[in-house]
Amino acid sequence: MIQCANVYKSFADKTVLSGVNFDIPSGEIFGLLGPSGAGKTTLIKILTGQLAYEAGSVRILGENVENLTGEDKKKIGIMMDEFGVYERFSCVENLQIFADIYGIPHIKIKETLEMVGLQDAMRKPAMNLSKGMRTRLQLARVFLHSPKIIFLDEPTSGLDPQTMKSIHKIILEKKETGVTIFLTTHNMEEATALCDMVALLNEGVIVEKGAPKEICRKYNHQKKIKLHLSSGEDLELKHGKESATEISRLFEAGAIETIHSSEPNLETVFLELTGRKLQEDA
Amino acid sequence: MRNIIIVIKKQIKDTIKNKVVLIQFILFPIMTLIMENAIKLDGMPELFFTKLFSIMYMGMAPLTAMAAIISEEKEKNTLRVLMMANVAPWEYLAGVGIYVWTICMAGAGVMATGLEKKDMLFYLLVMGIGFVISIVLGGCIGIFAKNQMVSTSLVMPVMAILSFGPMLALFNRTIEKVAKFLYTQQISVLLNKMSFGQGNGESIIIIMINAAVFIALFFMAFRRRGLE
Ligand SMILES: Nc1ncnc2c1ncn2[C@@H]1O[C@H](COP(=O)(O)OP(=O)(O)OP(=O)(O)O)[C@@H](O)[C@H]1O
Ligand SMILES: [Mg+2]
Repeated sequence: MIQCANVYKSFADKTVLSGVNFDIPSGEIFGLLGPSGAGKTTLIKILTGQLAYEAGSVRILGENVENLTGEDKKKIGIMMDEFGVYERFSCVENLQIFADIYGIPHIKIKETLEMVGLQDAMRKPAMNLSKGMRTRLQLARVFLHSPKIIFLDEPTSGLDPQTMKSIHKIILEKKETGVTIFLTTHNMEEATALCDMVALLNEGVIVEKGAPKEICRKYNHQKKIKLHLSSGEDLELKHGKESATEISRLFEAGAIETIHSSEPNLETVFLELTGRKLQEDA
Repeated sequence: MRNIIIVIKKQIKDTIKNKVVLIQFILFPIMTLIMENAIKLDGMPELFFTKLFSIMYMGMAPLTAMAAIISEEKEKNTLRVLMMANVAPWEYLAGVGIYVWTICMAGAGVMATGLEKKDMLFYLLVMGIGFVISIVLGGCIGIFAKNQMVSTSLVMPVMAILSFGPMLALFNRTIEKVAKFLYTQQISVLLNKMSFGQGNGESIIIIMINAAVFIALFFMAFRRRGLE
């Protein structure tokens, strides 16, 4: 559905993407995970034909992105933070414009607003919406014309955990209908929860890609078991036969408060590969 | 074609909500009605306020409205969304232009209420042509300006020259010599004659040159910048 082969892009003398490759099959959620400034938004702009690139090739729906026709564009939905809404218009009025452009019956507007949980704010002017509601409105605008491919640039950034969860639910519901979704995020929990496949992007290079679980397993070379003892002491043991007697002894003595194996998550993998954190405050 | 109508519909809906633009549309028509009925001085030329305000309306309303509407959509990035939904830049510009022209013509219709019946056609025709030129010029500014602030600071001087030039020319010979080359000044001359008769040649030529220059400027701006 989305193929990206050896894409290079630079602004002035700054190289932002250097040789990006991936191939996203139909019906999957693909997550591009990377810290601020990694080039995520730049890549979305290239994939959606908003930005030219120097080298490589981008194919969407089996077509070179430069040759997408008006009909093809109707099969694509894009949500970017910078894409505004009509502030003086209500949610319904905002969607009416796009329903008309796409030739969609107005009955679908109410349906779409209900789907994103805006049924109680339908007549509210967009300028009075909260950040979360505005994101929902932007999502509604993307879903309205039932696109085959959806691009979401940091769909949950700056939202509270509850709103984030409900937006995840909406995105997963969309996937159920067979839509291919490309999303960017710098939240590794989001990537783990949503994506069939993730790519870790750092300074314009994909340093790792695959299913989130597989990536974590692949980098599970520390293999440690962490114990917290009733005495307040923390203990780290090797994940292996040699620790069995020690653990069993501690259990029998009733000295263990908590025990868990330490598996890497996308955050620690990213840190290991790049020496950088995904999120400044994480 | 369908997209043009959608843009017009959107603008019509916005008319009441967008106070900044709305004031531009109704200020001079209302002032005309008030002044023509309230102030009657001896020796004042006939329809003095109608003619004066008509020119100011022409120099301000279409220009401000076009530039404000386009630059706001650029700044808020709603224009980009329209383009991604496959609305062509020319369809958008045509939609906004037709909308602004129609509203201004309605305003001119209000201002024409003091005119004699036989002069109405002439008046509306001349105003209609003037609005087109102002809309093209406002479109240039809208295309050129990245955001609303730049747009306002470009509109102000242009608007002042177009609207106040002809008014100041009433009182000052030197200004008149320069203002002569403005389409608004020549339209003011035509409104004073208020007839299709002989002697309009010079005015028509200057107006046509103005139109040609601004249309050329418009296409240059559009080719250089598009609606980015
Ligand atoms: N139009 C532009 N001109 C010059 N440099 C640009 C332009 N757009 C982006 N850049 C640069 O390209 C790099 C990547 O930017 P991009 O917006 O793609 O990052 P991002 O991964 O989306 O970051 P964030 O998580 O903060 O949104 C940055 O260093 C940015 O400064
Ligand atoms: Mg970004």
